[in-house]
Amino acid sequence: MRRVLFLLPLAVVLALIAALAWPILQGRDPHELPSVLLDKQVPAFELPGLAADLDGLSSVELSGRPVLVNVFASWCAPCRQEIPLFVRLAAEGVPIYGIAYKDDPEATRRFLAQLGDPYRGVGVDRDGRLGIEFGVYGVPETYVIDASGQIRHRHVGEVTESVARRTLVPLLDELAK
Amino acid sequence: MIAELGHLALWVALTVAVLQAVVPLWGVARGDAGLTGFARPAALVQFGAVALAFGALTHAYLVSDFSLVNVASNSHSTKPFIYKLAGVWGNHEGSMLLWVLILSLFGAAVAAFGGNLPDGLRARTLAVQAMIGVGFLAFILFASSPFERISPAPIDGNGLNPLLQDIGLALHPPMLYLGYVGFSTTFSFAVAALLEGRVDPAWARWVRPWALAAWTMLTAGIALGSGWAYYELGWGGWWFWDPVENASFMPWLAGTALLHSAIVVEKRGALKSWTILLALIAFSFSLLGTFLVRSGVLTSVHAFAVDPERGMFILVLLTIAIGGSFLLYAWRAPSMEGGGMFRPISREGALVLNNLLLSTAAATVLIGTLYPLALETVTGEKVSVGKPYFEATFVPIMVPLVLALGVGPLLAWKRGDLAAALGRLWVAAMAAAGIGLSVLYLQGAPVGAVLGFALAAWLAVSVVTEWADRIQLFRVSPKRSLSRALGLPRSAYGMSLAHLGLAVFIMGAVGETFFSAETVQFARAGDRIEIAGRTLTFEGVGQRQGPNYQSEVGSFVLPSGERLESERRFFPVEGQRTTEAAIRSRPDADLYAVLGEPAGENRWTVRIYVKPLVMWLWGGCGLMVLGGLLSLADRRLRVGAPGPRRASWRPAHAGFGDAD
Repeated sequence: MRRVLFLLPLAVVLALIAALAWPILQGRDPHELPSVLLDKQVPAFELPGLAADLDGLSSVELSGRPVLVNVFASWCAPCRQEIPLFVRLAAEGVPIYGIAYKDDPEATRRFLAQLGDPYRGVGVDRDGRLGIEFGVYGVPETYVIDASGQIRHRHVGEVTESVARRTLVPLLDELAK
Repeated sequence: MIAELGHLALWVALTVAVLQAVVPLWGVARGDAGLTGFARPAALVQFGAVALAFGALTHAYLVSDFSLVNVASNSHSTKPFIYKLAGVWGNHEGSMLLWVLILSLFGAAVAAFGGNLPDGLRARTLAVQAMIGVGFLAFILFASSPFERISPAPIDGNGLNPLLQDIGLALHPPMLYLGYVGFSTTFSFAVAALLEGRVDPAWARWVRPWALAAWTMLTAGIALGSGWAYYELGWGGWWFWDPVENASFMPWLAGTALLHSAIVVEKRGALKSWTILLALIAFSFSLLGTFLVRSGVLTSVHAFAVDPERGMFILVLLTIAIGGSFLLYAWRAPSMEGGGMFRPISREGALVLNNLLLSTAAATVLIGTLYPLALETVTGEKVSVGKPYFEATFVPIMVPLVLALGVGPLLAWKRGDLAAALGRLWVAAMAAAGIGLSVLYLQGAPVGAVLGFALAAWLAVSVVTEWADRIQLFRVSPKRSLSRALGLPRSAYGMSLAHLGLAVFIMGAVGETFFSAETVQFARAGDRIEIAGRTLTFEGVGQRQGPNYQSEVGSFVLPSGERLESERRFFPVEGQRTTEAAIRSRPDADLYAVLGEPAGENRWTVRIYVKPLVMWLWGGCGLMVLGGLLSLADRRLRVGAPGPRRASWRPAHAGFGDAD
């Protein structure tokens, strides 16, 4: 009986370690927040462009092939950090569309002129209304949308090299099949 | 070239650590004094090699060698010198190297100052310390080397997160690690004792200074981190029950318990297996903290780069270290118990109560920290356990702890007289009631505040009473009292100061929690802002150029003409903004002003807080640290204390908190 008592700490510790290992083994990312719209159709929208003479972005453009949609803003620091990666991805042929969230179009234009513009099209969501429909939690957020216009994945926060290579790009490739 | 030398030095350190982990144990098993003695020089060489590697990385930071990936991604040539230096540990790889540096430093310290230890115990302790070193050196070399090169080298670096470009960062991690990793020594001592199968009062006497040193530095490290959060994050908060804060708080609680239970082992030869368990737990919490920060399983402001592979590596290390030591414990500890039974009403009884409460507190913090993780793993639901949980569970445990803390030091060993002790504490009880009632009367304060202030007064006056008791104040002539006061051991003063520090800290925490005032306004230049009986005039916003940032400076002027300047700094390299709060600290309250976002039409969002008694928080922590240092300076507790062979050694006197 006494021996069992001394085994108790060990048992507790092993249970703890198992609890800690589980999420890692599952490959779960704590920053992941499931989208309210996951596996639902992209809400219909039509956003104006960054300038009067530039095209905007509409939900129709997103369907037809799997694409990435990145919700960003010039005032957000992580957005600034992920742009160079997007520029590289775009050069590799990944279709990326941008939604400029609650941002002054003038500031967005300067932001993209400075860092490079990875987007095939940018829509201006000046008052964040589309953000509400998408359930945007905070910028940046990146969505994977399949050919039929369904949202298949949502990434909250900065897209890093490993997120792009391990999750987003493989998912796009798979959806393209 | 220097970086390669640093890399090489790490390999040398790993090799030496492997030998240091194996050879002495073999020597002890064979009774070979030569092999046993190998541990000491090995520990010194290992420290030297790690120090060399650390120096190499520091050099790379100071000369801005951007051909190192680590430097390029965390430093920038325009960064001020001090932040280039602090940048060494402002990232995952560098901070890991600092971790190992401190680990080997403690190993070397045991080797250098452990002259009075029996050869077998010292050899085993150093071998266990080296095993931990092997694990973490391997982790650095195989999974997070700071010496990787990048080609072509970038022209300049990415810079350091501006939030971390602060003097708080220069001091907080090294101090915290000294505490965190310091508990590796008590862990090694505990494992060595399990290997030997023997724990005696002498063991406790050898372990105490190490526990005390680690505890003191951990206290300072936590306080520095808390202070940094207070002035740098600009929310005016000093403790957020953030998972990583909790991760540093749990070893502190376990370490505090260890510090006290070791006294019982030393004085009464009891609580042996419990003390060993606490030593294992304290360092396990340190390892858990290391894991939580670096694995990304929890979301936190502290989290380093989220990398599941590194997380897995640390988890494996953690499993081996903690699992192995607890297995050893389950095997060897049952045969170790013994020692006298004792009465609940006695000094040792009070210390047992202290231990029960502290470990319960640590358990509640552990549950609150890991519960969200467990729940999410099981159900996928995201929850956040915050302040309300901790206030409902942690605080109620502290109330009996503080009550008992007032009484405990007045109880005698073996058989205490509770009635007599309480009788001597009538002044403390009066003080508590008086302060509680006057707070209630003057401020109309909530019950929590009344209770908190009363508890703090109780503890403070109890501490003074206990001291007065020892020097027999008013019972003998003042001259006798004075000479008694001068004759008290430093460890007695250490205990009193640390306990008094807790009382002062409680005052600060309660004052800040219950009486803070806050106002958020859109202010134009010339606007007057009223808060908690004070008036501030907003003078508008000017521009200023810092060494590697531009800042907008908002000025606030008090009627006395005193200026407070809060800055919004923009760091162009990192593309990030930080807020520097303007804080005017006074013993009664801090006035805390933050310049927020521009709100259009020449208006700015400004946030002003009045935070009473915040200085007491830091003062309380300072007293605790001072108490720890003073105890460490006690000649009977000193690390290189005379060995048992010396005739002057009187073990019965070596108590932290006992004089006569």
